[in-house]
Amino acid sequence: MTDQDIIDRINSSLAEEFEFALAEMTPDTTLFEDMGLDSLDVVDLVIVLETAFGMKIREEEAIRKIRTLGDIHTFVIDKKRQMESA
Amino acid sequence: MLLRRVVITGLGVISPFGRGIEKLMGGLLDGKSGVVQLPALSEIIGMRTRVAALATGFDPMEIPRKFRRSMSSMSVFATLASLDAFAMAGLSEAQLKGGRLGVSIGSTIGSPQTMQEFFRDFSIDNSLERMKSTLFFHIMNHSCASNVAQALGVTGRILAPAAACSTSCHAVGYAAEIIAMGRQDFMLCGGADEFHPLTSGTFDIMNAASTAFNDSPTSTPRPFDRDRDGIVCGEGSGILVLESLEAAKQRGANILAEVVGFATNSDPGSIANPDASCIAECMRLALEDAEIKPEQIDYVNAHATATLQGDIAECEAIAQIFGAATPVSSLKGHLGHAMAASGTLELAACIEMLRQGCLIPTLNLENIDPLCTNITHVHGVTKYRVETVIKNNFALGGINSSIILRRYQQ
Repeated sequence: MTDQDIIDRINSSLAEEFEFALAEMTPDTTLFEDMGLDSLDVVDLVIVLETAFGMKIREEEAIRKIRTLGDIHTFVIDKKRQMESA
Repeated sequence: MLLRRVVITGLGVISPFGRGIEKLMGGLLDGKSGVVQLPALSEIIGMRTRVAALATGFDPMEIPRKFRRSMSSMSVFATLASLDAFAMAGLSEAQLKGGRLGVSIGSTIGSPQTMQEFFRDFSIDNSLERMKSTLFFHIMNHSCASNVAQALGVTGRILAPAAACSTSCHAVGYAAEIIAMGRQDFMLCGGADEFHPLTSGTFDIMNAASTAFNDSPTSTPRPFDRDRDGIVCGEGSGILVLESLEAAKQRGANILAEVVGFATNSDPGSIANPDASCIAECMRLALEDAEIKPEQIDYVNAHATATLQGDIAECEAIAQIFGAATPVSSLKGHLGHAMAASGTLELAACIEMLRQGCLIPTLNLENIDPLCTNITHVHGVTKYRVETVIKNNFALGGINSSIILRRYQQ
């Protein structure tokens, strides 16, 4: 899976879950201001990512620092690479 | 007796005939049936009934995701019906959000569909890791009431009565009492339910669901008919706006009808089978509450779900209180039994019968059961000046309820 494949899957999964237009999703898109997500949505965001990529991330400290879509892309790509090299 | 007069100024419905009171009345006046065959029921082991009355003509996407994410379909029905009732009443945003408007909306249980989906997933590996944050808001008992309040921005009282088929009759009765006591000036009230095989199955195993008309769904249910064979479960929502007469006059509202009496009682004789004397007592208490005599009732809107015992018991009770002359009909033949929504769907139709001066007959009543001939059945849509109506609902659990509405008079 290339980095772009991962980004595409993240964007399509979140677009479907949160009814957000794919065309408006850029790495700079902020989760709270631009996408209008709240604390309940963040819980579901973690579940969506865990389901889409078959990984456990709920307890990861780095999750709490995510603010933009680009942060998610970086986080998931790093996590996938860690899993592949483990 | 209600301490303050309480009137109805708005109504909204989601029914098998679509969204809105015009669609509901169109279907009822045209003698249509909302019952359809549901082939998926044949895939359930032990399920004999194959028919249901499903809600149509609504778009959940009208509700913003922020609010919709905590809703199952029953809350979607209740919210859309509440928005329509609110719009018809012509209330202001300030009145909606000012703390003097409350919500009294119930359902039989929380969302059975969401519960099914949760437990199906949970039982795979005993895991909660896939549980969404909004799941609880679908299944809590006050799901409809809370979701309506959240979506509309209501800050007043929230009440979520649950009494199966008596739910929305209770919701309206208790809302009227809250206004009459001066605790609130306005109430959005009623009920909602979503169809699930659990409901049909509950009646099916008790031999109280219709099974003989699976290939001709519009021929069932058949309240009071010789060939009736049970309930057809449905879904939808009926929501009314109630307010004090004082508030309605002050803002120049269009008054649709007045709530003049409400009663509910418990039948400890059986948790499942209705008893004529308890039903009669409930109607007598409602008349006492309204301070009117039986002969002042122009029409009885029966609960009559087309079960063998229930219809006979209600006929016996009606005959005992009103004699044989007062016209009676049931709307279950058109709408099936929408459970917690049935009371207010049918009350909404009663309000329109008052306003339009007509009576709607019982659909599929072709040959009156000899044990149901002790009352006067409505045959065909009948022009009739209706001043005062009593509406009955009786629930599993032994809970009876009756509401009396009157054409508004100054």
